[in-house]
Amino acid sequence: MAAPLTLLLLVAVTIRGVLFRSNLAEIISERVEVVSPLNAWKRVVEGLALLDLGVSPYSGDVFHETPLMIYLFHFLVDYAEIVFMIADGITAVALYLSVQIYNKNVFRKQKYALESERYPADCLELLRSPKEMFYIPLKVAMFYLLNPFTILSCVAKSTCGLNNAIIALFILCTLKGSALLSGILLALATYQSMYPLTLFAPALLFFLQRLYIPVNLRRSSFWFFTLQYAFIYFGSLIVITGLSFFLLGSWDFIPSVYGFILSVPDLTPNIGLFWYFFAEMFEHFRLFFICVFQINVFFYTIPLSIKLKEHPVFLMFMQIAIISIFKSYPTVGDVALYMAFLPAWSHLYRFLRNIFLVSCVLLACSALFPVLWHLWIYAGSANSNFYYAITLLFNFGQILLVSDYFYAYLRREHHLTHGLYLKKKDGTEATLVLK
Amino acid sequence: MGLLSDPNRRKALTNLLTRLNTPICVVCYLAAIVWFMGLAFEPFTLRTYMSENAMGSTMVEERFSAGERALAAAKEFNAHKRKADGMPVEWLVKAMQARGLEVFTQSFFQKLPFPDENKERYMVRGTNVYGILRAPRAPRTEALVISAPCTPGGTNNQAVGILLGLAQYFRNQVYWAKDIIFLVNEHDLIGMQAWLEGYHHTNITGMEYSPLQGRAGSIQAALSLELSSDVITSLDLVLEGLNGQLPNLDLANLFYAFCQKLNVLCTIQGKLQRNDWDSAEGYTHAAQTMMLMVLKQASGRSWGDHGLFLRYHIEAASIRGINSFRHYKMDATTIGRLLEGMVRKLNNLLERLHQSYFFYLLPSLSRFVSIGYYMPAFGLLAVILLLRALDLWVHLGAPVLSEVDGVSEAEQPSSPGVLSVLTPVVISHLTGVALYILPVYLQDMAVEHFPVSETEAVVLTALAIYTAGLALPHNTQRLLSGEGTEQGWKVLKLTSLLYLAVLLGCTALINFSLGFILAVTLVPVTASITPHMLKSVSALAMVLLSPAFTIFYCVLIYQELMEAPVSLPEGLTIFLSVISQGILDHALYGSLVYPLLALFVYPCWLMFWNILFWK
Repeated sequence: MAAPLTLLLLVAVTIRGVLFRSNLAEIISERVEVVSPLNAWKRVVEGLALLDLGVSPYSGDVFHETPLMIYLFHFLVDYAEIVFMIADGITAVALYLSVQIYNKNVFRKQKYALESERYPADCLELLRSPKEMFYIPLKVAMFYLLNPFTILSCVAKSTCGLNNAIIALFILCTLKGSALLSGILLALATYQSMYPLTLFAPALLFFLQRLYIPVNLRRSSFWFFTLQYAFIYFGSLIVITGLSFFLLGSWDFIPSVYGFILSVPDLTPNIGLFWYFFAEMFEHFRLFFICVFQINVFFYTIPLSIKLKEHPVFLMFMQIAIISIFKSYPTVGDVALYMAFLPAWSHLYRFLRNIFLVSCVLLACSALFPVLWHLWIYAGSANSNFYYAITLLFNFGQILLVSDYFYAYLRREHHLTHGLYLKKKDGTEATLVLK
Repeated sequence: MGLLSDPNRRKALTNLLTRLNTPICVVCYLAAIVWFMGLAFEPFTLRTYMSENAMGSTMVEERFSAGERALAAAKEFNAHKRKADGMPVEWLVKAMQARGLEVFTQSFFQKLPFPDENKERYMVRGTNVYGILRAPRAPRTEALVISAPCTPGGTNNQAVGILLGLAQYFRNQVYWAKDIIFLVNEHDLIGMQAWLEGYHHTNITGMEYSPLQGRAGSIQAALSLELSSDVITSLDLVLEGLNGQLPNLDLANLFYAFCQKLNVLCTIQGKLQRNDWDSAEGYTHAAQTMMLMVLKQASGRSWGDHGLFLRYHIEAASIRGINSFRHYKMDATTIGRLLEGMVRKLNNLLERLHQSYFFYLLPSLSRFVSIGYYMPAFGLLAVILLLRALDLWVHLGAPVLSEVDGVSEAEQPSSPGVLSVLTPVVISHLTGVALYILPVYLQDMAVEHFPVSETEAVVLTALAIYTAGLALPHNTQRLLSGEGTEQGWKVLKLTSLLYLAVLLGCTALINFSLGFILAVTLVPVTASITPHMLKSVSALAMVLLSPAFTIFYCVLIYQELMEAPVSLPEGLTIFLSVISQGILDHALYGSLVYPLLALFVYPCWLMFWNILFWK
């Protein structure tokens, strides 16, 4: 399998290289869909210039990257294009390996269950075969590397690609079972963009499951491991933050990065839900609604963790998707990360209900974003409402996609325990409804 | 959300949509046509009204009275123009300076990609002259433009004369809050392009021009005046700009309001307004006016010098004087007063014109159709594509979706290789790229080998590539070594339908007329095409409804509506010149119609052509 992956990487690098050299790169790096105030390359360059002048890069209201990021580019700024291409490569390989491990686990579990005859007899067709699973890791890597969203994001040199790489590495380490590395990388991801904080729950659930520790609040082993993992996580978070403090010699970056993410002062249009809403709002409601919107991102962790506590990897996918939909400055790079996972759930295809509608909506919206932007900003004939309508539709499509996969996953699990052909009490065929 | 989550209702809906697919599509198509034609019917349209407060409620009094002097200046200008055989720069500079303006000139040079045979130009060198009247009452942050083109021959002298007359009169008034720029541009649109690019420090088309020495504030609105005789019977308003962009409707309202006030006959598309909307003739008249607007807008050309302003977010319109030998006549003073009134109202603006509509169609000057009324006509056509796509989707996943919520046993039919779908798509698009690039690049070679002029070479190469594209499907199939499966063409058609729907949707948003015309011709044939149809008949139908033929029909209809019907050979000549103009418009001003047709619409149509010959 190494050969196709290498070929894929070569193709991906070629496409990116060509685009970097063309004059499209400049246009792409200006698109609001691709870069946000948080991760625009232009702002990184500005921050670097300030740093070189001996001024704090956070003075002024332009730079919102973390200190480690700026020091990384302090040394690598001349090789930025290569760094971004490598980051995409790392993400793809990490996802490839993670899905491979995940598939192995799934298959092993399925074998045990089969041997212990836990599946109803009519469910055999729902089981997954190695043949079907063989190409999935490659497809995942392909979905990430050749996704136009990823390519755009990489060509625009949006630092979102680096964050994605960290998250992908975190997933890999988690699936490999290394609690230490997983905790450190999760801390790094949190440090970078804060929202991956919610990935703590699926990672913890995964390790607990792996070590056969039941999720039971009265068991000391549960608390012991939870505290251990939390200690690794918060410990490395504190170390990283402290390191940033010593690098810069000030705490300026806390309000500039995390305050900026949480309080959403920059209302440049993007593909998210925040900008229009807060641009229209009366100032005295602002704090309240910011709390509501931000809690919204984190809130789903609790019910989803309870519902999916047996399936931490799927929970991870759901969390990443929710973050990329509801975060304050989303870009298409974030969308690309969770879309890469879709081939891993290809066995759910038969239970998906709205996939046609969703793909039409997402396709149409992707095409309409630049068109309506043009009409609004350049032609002056449309206005922000037109653009926001498409943003809403795009997010509606994403939410529908994620909830569709959620439903399909639950439904398959239900069938695996209760049999494929459900009967109502009166003997007629039953249908499952998500309410 | 009930519809999306309740399996039984979903199933019922899907069943209904697949069983009644064809009738629904036919009904949608007819409804779209009827809806569109109904737009011209007066009771369905809205009366225009002034939305901008700053222009609506304030009164202005027109006092311009130097019409005769303006005509004298026009005669002098004509004499000097003849002497200089082009723009009489020195005289014009002096004349403007004598009227108290700050005068500047800008020279420009543009080499066309190939000779323009309509206007007989290839290497264009010229000079723009403009004078700025500084606003006495406000900081110089905003400006208005009045322009008149300096065209070769005896036309448009009167416009320059009135421009000078107005400059002299405006100079003595104290109420100006915006700088007023009086611009005389040479070589119509090319000069205007050079001046606008110079003014805004951009260079989109690679033109050479000298930088502007004098500048006023940001331009809020512009009027372009074209007059060719001393006495005028009516004034025509031209709104259609580059890429089908239109100025704010308030500008048209302003013009109409002043025509009413000064008792001036005004037309749009050269058609007077009629009052008998309830008679058949009245309706036909309105429909013709609207159709003319749709055709002009769809062409994506700038139909007057104002068209290039719109790109810079400046509301602009052209006013064209027409002398059609009616009894009713007006002199230069009236036209001067009309302009004076319009400029004074624009001078009152507190912000850019934005209150009224930007998307509209005009069946007459006093009636308009807004985007909310005309979009359903397009929507009905787009729905057909989506319905067909849904139908195909259901058929493709038949075992899965027919029992959407009960669970099915049937194994998924092996999906066709990605390659078998991707190859036609890629080949079609490569043909499109060839159609876009080759005609201009190959002109030298074509001229060497064939007895044609450069312009003919470009147009004929384009047509040759277009025709050659039709031969491709057979080659595609051979490349795939006979791999066409039943599933294959369905997947390809599904892709093509969605592609076409998105493409037309985007087009219609930017330029409704173009999107609608393409949809009317492309939708019926693309929605119904399958490989199992009678090849010869359906191939003929497809070719007759292909984009090139659509352009040809538009040319014929346009000529018919302009009351200058042409025979087929004449129509063909015009068709060829329209294509060369389209390519030139793209190269000179950045019109998007040619690249859109070559790079997207034509390849998309080729994909359907491919389906027809699927083996």
